[in-house]
Amino acid sequence: MSASPVDFTTLTLAEVSRVFGRRRALNRVSFRADAGELVAVLGPNGAGKSTLLSIVATLMLPSSGRVMYGAQDSDRSNASLRARIGLLGHDLYIYPELSPAENLRFFGRLYGLERIERRVEEALERAGLSERRDDAVSGFSRGMRQRLAVERALLHDPRLVLLDEPFTGLDDRAIEALKQRLVSLRDAGCITLVATHDLEHVEGMIDRGVVLRDGRLVEISKGAAPLRERYRAAIAE
Amino acid sequence: MRFLRTAWLVTRKDLLIEARSKEILLTTLFFAVSCVLVFAFGFVREGRAVTDAAAGILWIAIAFSGTLALGRAFERERQSETLRALMMAPVARPALYVGKLVSVLILLALVEAVVLPLVALMFQAPLFDHLPYVLGLLTTGTIGFAAVGTLFAAMLVRARSRDVLLPILLYPITIPVIIAGVRGTAALLQPEIDLPMARAWLAMLAFFDIVFVTLALWTFEPVMTE
Repeated sequence: MSASPVDFTTLTLAEVSRVFGRRRALNRVSFRADAGELVAVLGPNGAGKSTLLSIVATLMLPSSGRVMYGAQDSDRSNASLRARIGLLGHDLYIYPELSPAENLRFFGRLYGLERIERRVEEALERAGLSERRDDAVSGFSRGMRQRLAVERALLHDPRLVLLDEPFTGLDDRAIEALKQRLVSLRDAGCITLVATHDLEHVEGMIDRGVVLRDGRLVEISKGAAPLRERYRAAIAE
Repeated sequence: MRFLRTAWLVTRKDLLIEARSKEILLTTLFFAVSCVLVFAFGFVREGRAVTDAAAGILWIAIAFSGTLALGRAFERERQSETLRALMMAPVARPALYVGKLVSVLILLALVEAVVLPLVALMFQAPLFDHLPYVLGLLTTGTIGFAAVGTLFAAMLVRARSRDVLLPILLYPITIPVIIAGVRGTAALLQPEIDLPMARAWLAMLAFFDIVFVTLALWTFEPVMTE
């Protein structure tokens, strides 16, 4: 890695708010996730899920409150902290003019990874894109791009994984592969936050769920009821 | 070393994409050549060009086509929000700025390689008589212009009216660079060449470059954090 990566086992948000003009996207959000936890961040459109992920990813500063990575405060200049965060955005963060191999190689070099070619091959294999490794991404379907984007976000073995709508455009087989990947991330001790509307896909896999509603964070109750029911109950409260 | 390596990675990636699409180079080149030709129709009468017109037209062509190139260079990073991916990388963020700046400079150098002889031909301007000075003025002027332009284009990448805002912000700030470039080039095109004046404008441009690049490196990270 370019900067010696910091390690952390907890992510803590303390009273985090974010204001855009008059609109309050996040309102005093407090939250903690531990290593090996897979947390679903749910909520209706515009509830602040992407804003929350952007703040945790250090791309956006909170208007007030603090984000702590273990004992480390968030700091936009902290390259060693960024080396431990993997982010998949709603936009895919890949260059359509480049091939999958070139995209992965570029980001691998930017992250200062060792054994890049091997990592790229493994990532292409996982994404099921080995045979199209040299084709331009612009010719790919949304699902193929999504698979590549997931591999790009995880290429550097991040400690904190932030995935915004990771199931978008994926077929059944790719969804199963991604679910397995999420479980393996949890088993490897990663802190994983998944913002999604696809509740059925994360049902039974997540350790807990939280709902953002009007910028406020509400924990989803645990229980035997289906996740969608519990989610609706949390929204209705 | 790590800083330069990061900048080179970004530059190489930009040039690879441009080599495939040729989108920025061709549009910028077409625009610059059209600009020179339109001015040539207006300022060349009976085979004689208006005095001092060549210097101004050379720099106008560079400034206008440069604005086009700057806007397009960052439009690419906006389409798939790849700028956010770059900002997430564990590298010194000013190195990303330098990488983008160098790729814009290389593209503008290619445009200037075509525009310079075209202006010399259309306006019978002796631009090649003092080539080292002309190249010095072009290099320092283009660096100053692109240094500010790259910063502003990056800042505006998520603004809705970025295409309008870029020239509105860029031209007032870079007017000193354009004036120095025009006056320095004009000093070389006079019947009695004024080398001391050209040197003075060249030194002024070098000073602007130092100020603009330093300020851009200093402000890039804060302005890019939302």
